[in-house]
Amino acid sequence: MNRFDYVRAGTVAEAVQAYGTADRARFIAGGTNLVDLMKYDVERPGRLIDITRLPLDAIEDHAGGLRIGALVTNAALAYDARVGERYSLLRDAILAGASAQLRNAASTGGNLLQRTRCYYFYDTATPCNKREPGTGCPAIGGLNRIHAIFGASEACIATHPSDMCVALAALEATVRVSGPAGERMIAFADFHRLPGSTPEKDTNLEPGEIVVSVDLPETGYARNYTYLKLRDRLSYAFALVSVAAGLELDGDRVKTARLALGGVAHKPWRNREAEALLQGKPATRETFQAAADLVVAEAKPQSENGFKVELARRAIVRGLEQAAAGTPQSITDKRIQ
Amino acid sequence: MTQHFSTTGHDTFVGSPRSRVDGPAKVTGLAKYAAEFTASDLAHGYVVSSAIAKGRITRIDARAAEAVPGVVKVLTHENRDRTAWLDYNYQDAVAPPGSPFRALYDDAILYSGQPVALVIAEDFETARYAATLVRVKYDTETPVTDVRQVEDEAYVPPKKRNGIKPPPKPWGDADAAFDNAPIQLRQDYRLAIEHHNPMEPHASTVVYEGDGKYTVYDKIQGVSNSQAYIASVFGLKKDDVRVMNPYLGGGFGSGLRPQYQLFLAMLAARDLKRSVRVVLTRDQMWTFSYRPDALQTVSLGADRDGGLQALRHDATGATSHFEDYQEVVVNWAGVLYKCDNVALTYKLAKLDTHTPSDMRAPGAVTGVFAIEIAMDELAYETGVDPIALRLRNYSDVDATAGGKLFGSKALKSCFEQGAERFGWAKRTPEPRSMRDGRELVGWGMATGVWESMMMQTNARAVLTADGKLEVGNTAGEIGTGTYTILAQIAADSLGLPMEDVTTKLGDTSLPEAPVSGGSWTAASSGTAVMKACRSVAAQVFVLARQMEASPLANVDFERVVFADGRIAVADDPSRSVSLVEAMRAGGMDRIEAVESATPDKDFNSAYEAYTHSAVFVEVKIDEELGQVRLTRVVSAIAAGKILNPKTARSQILGGVVMGIGSALEEESMMDHRLGRFMNHNLGEYHVPVNADIYDIDVIFVDEEDKANPLGVKGLGEIGIVGTAAAIANAVFHATGKRMRHLPITVDKLL
Repeated sequence: MNRFDYVRAGTVAEAVQAYGTADRARFIAGGTNLVDLMKYDVERPGRLIDITRLPLDAIEDHAGGLRIGALVTNAALAYDARVGERYSLLRDAILAGASAQLRNAASTGGNLLQRTRCYYFYDTATPCNKREPGTGCPAIGGLNRIHAIFGASEACIATHPSDMCVALAALEATVRVSGPAGERMIAFADFHRLPGSTPEKDTNLEPGEIVVSVDLPETGYARNYTYLKLRDRLSYAFALVSVAAGLELDGDRVKTARLALGGVAHKPWRNREAEALLQGKPATRETFQAAADLVVAEAKPQSENGFKVELARRAIVRGLEQAAAGTPQSITDKRIQ
Repeated sequence: MTQHFSTTGHDTFVGSPRSRVDGPAKVTGLAKYAAEFTASDLAHGYVVSSAIAKGRITRIDARAAEAVPGVVKVLTHENRDRTAWLDYNYQDAVAPPGSPFRALYDDAILYSGQPVALVIAEDFETARYAATLVRVKYDTETPVTDVRQVEDEAYVPPKKRNGIKPPPKPWGDADAAFDNAPIQLRQDYRLAIEHHNPMEPHASTVVYEGDGKYTVYDKIQGVSNSQAYIASVFGLKKDDVRVMNPYLGGGFGSGLRPQYQLFLAMLAARDLKRSVRVVLTRDQMWTFSYRPDALQTVSLGADRDGGLQALRHDATGATSHFEDYQEVVVNWAGVLYKCDNVALTYKLAKLDTHTPSDMRAPGAVTGVFAIEIAMDELAYETGVDPIALRLRNYSDVDATAGGKLFGSKALKSCFEQGAERFGWAKRTPEPRSMRDGRELVGWGMATGVWESMMMQTNARAVLTADGKLEVGNTAGEIGTGTYTILAQIAADSLGLPMEDVTTKLGDTSLPEAPVSGGSWTAASSGTAVMKACRSVAAQVFVLARQMEASPLANVDFERVVFADGRIAVADDPSRSVSLVEAMRAGGMDRIEAVESATPDKDFNSAYEAYTHSAVFVEVKIDEELGQVRLTRVVSAIAAGKILNPKTARSQILGGVVMGIGSALEEESMMDHRLGRFMNHNLGEYHVPVNADIYDIDVIFVDEEDKANPLGVKGLGEIGIVGTAAAIANAVFHATGKRMRHLPITVDKLL
């Protein structure tokens, strides 16, 4: 871990300003990922700007939905009564991730900005385009069992590790950010990016921009939803494939559908065509299989993760079945519904 | 031959469930571990690890690191002080044949993650930061880390590893019998490379006492091993090096050999003439000692009723280029099963890795896994129930030891009681025939076996005039309950309450015991402590009898019992003397005895000694999604006398959980292009978490054994052996998919 300046910001404006003048500045809230990365010498910030004192820790009613302050902890968010009632998909996704201890420390903004768990990214003895642009990607042709099957590039096949973000993508949340050029809103689908030729950039945040809140729209799909997470052990592991599904049903037909996948791409993965395909169709296994086939049709697996394509296909079908039946995956009972 | 007798004529504490005497210290943080001891002049060392797996260091530039305020020195192979010259000096008590790894020895890189520099600073954070500034340039060669690549170069180790039985000579003609057998099964089996990953990372705190003397706190499973290693490597007298390690945060074998952090901490302390601590990071726990990969082929020839006619088990295990690590992989089938034509072979292949090391039930986890899946395959091939098949081929003698009898073998009781508790009779044998809702249900079983060993061990007992007893030796308490069982044995041996007994372990100022491993500590240290206590008892008895008007006058030692702090005539308890009175009357402040326990030669020439188990498991599998839940385990254990059913049960639970990890989760993933383990953290190297563990039921069957006076066999390893095979067999029963490569992950099940 390198030596760094430490600044404590009292307001968002102060935080943004402190960022602007520093070499390799990073905002720090819960620090559950950043501090690890500093210990691994992957992140070497010149300045840490402590934002934990900013007044961003409230969950407020907003425009028919909820406005979640960037500093609301994952635990506080998951156990908020309004979230439990109206956005149980988000609650379940949060509780499917990390551990109680981590969720107590990790913030909403930080969850969005956590970095990939690619083995090579974490190991400074190996090349990594995301860590050191231009050095190469040893995960390609290497150990890539946990890597992306959608939207990867020749420069990077890493995945985004968050569970919460998969739910936020399905819910079509909006990220409110503040920066040197003022405030702006970013649709959740546009917040994270695909790696392309610049995998060092995880998001479309501009330098100095800080996440201020995540805004949930009115519709929470609280009746027909699921968060189905498949992983290498029954708790405390990142998703190999996860599915966030939300449906609005009209009788036995799908009125609207939201579907996002985790663990398969550099960002929460959505396929609008598949969602469109579901619309107006009977909520049956056949319909769900057709949607799943459409999603995985564009999968491009690596040397070791071909299984994820089939796993994703089956998980989508099961997830949509769970959502349609109103029997969301239990977070505590590890038997899959 | 030694008679089996209870310690005092009647057991009060031995055999009863007792909570750990060190439990309160552990849960309140009073128990101190190697990295928690300190000194006023303590400096902190941080290891710089090699980025490549094979080649040479062409340049190390430590100037930027040395320029950081607070950095004391950067040690490399270029500037380190000399240490002993010969390989012999580096060979610790459990070293395999070869040239032990020497940290900072020269410019050669032998494996990825090898220590190449030690940055020493006034505080840990400074050392860690400065370590990132050390620039190392390499001449890189292509490493070979895949055992399949060097299988053709495999060789029979020319020099046998001490304590490891090589495969027996073949008997009959296994190949011809296989070719003639009505049923022929031949399959390859493979488990993943595993790392021990105890919660406590390896650490050494070397306190420089001045005048060339050192007190060392080392994470080790036996302090005597570290002391001898330090003395030999650094040319010191043993008396000048005191090594202590009262507690170990798990070892599983990774702490049997002195690891490189001890060498580096000593090297730095001697160089700087000050105290130095070196703690490895979690990542660095992947830079030494692991359970090696092994390529295994099992060939079973049988008649149509499952009677074995031919048995071959061939294994090629991985080792390093510098040592021939060996473990017992292939002998187990010959120990367990009766067969007239048997060939067991074991070879090694060299890789550009560190030397593997013993990891809980080394070799047995590897070999029994293969054999016990093969037996399940035979059960299906012949339509014979898996337990009936094992009974049909049950051996009452150890064929690998020329047909010697077993001292005891209550494996049949394990089958019976385990099957009864599990409800095995309700199993429908066809694969995919049992369901629970959407999930497929699988019931599988396997046999476990491990050697029961005893080692030459010394122990001391000291009784003081206040009636308090202290016992101990250098043995390591590796988290198994050794403090507790020794206190039980000591208390019964002198008839004292347990709270009047203190056990001291892990200190080289105490009588010597071997490293704690191989499940031999309970038998070895237990017997030595009992003997020392009985020796003290005999001395107090003399004092008691010499008292004026002693109620014990004219009574022989054989006719008294020690109970409730008193010596009483066995058939007339009204005649008694308290230990305290006897010592006072004799004018003694303390009575001390050091005794030695040795393996019973007569017993060992007549008998072979093993622990056994029958493991039954239930899996529930969502087949569509490849998700496995291990919902039930019954592990029935035959391990002689159980000293403490509570700590014993915990031992088995731990072994079973580790077996579940081995079956379903654990895998150190090597990038063979880089020769480097890549998932070197506990986020990506999966071990079971609470959510993975459902019911585990432990049964101890009655078994009387006479290998030692306590009748104890040891429990550290038997719980893991067979567990992975039972799980793989249950997965087959559930799904019809035969899993021969571990871990059984979703990709293999889809």
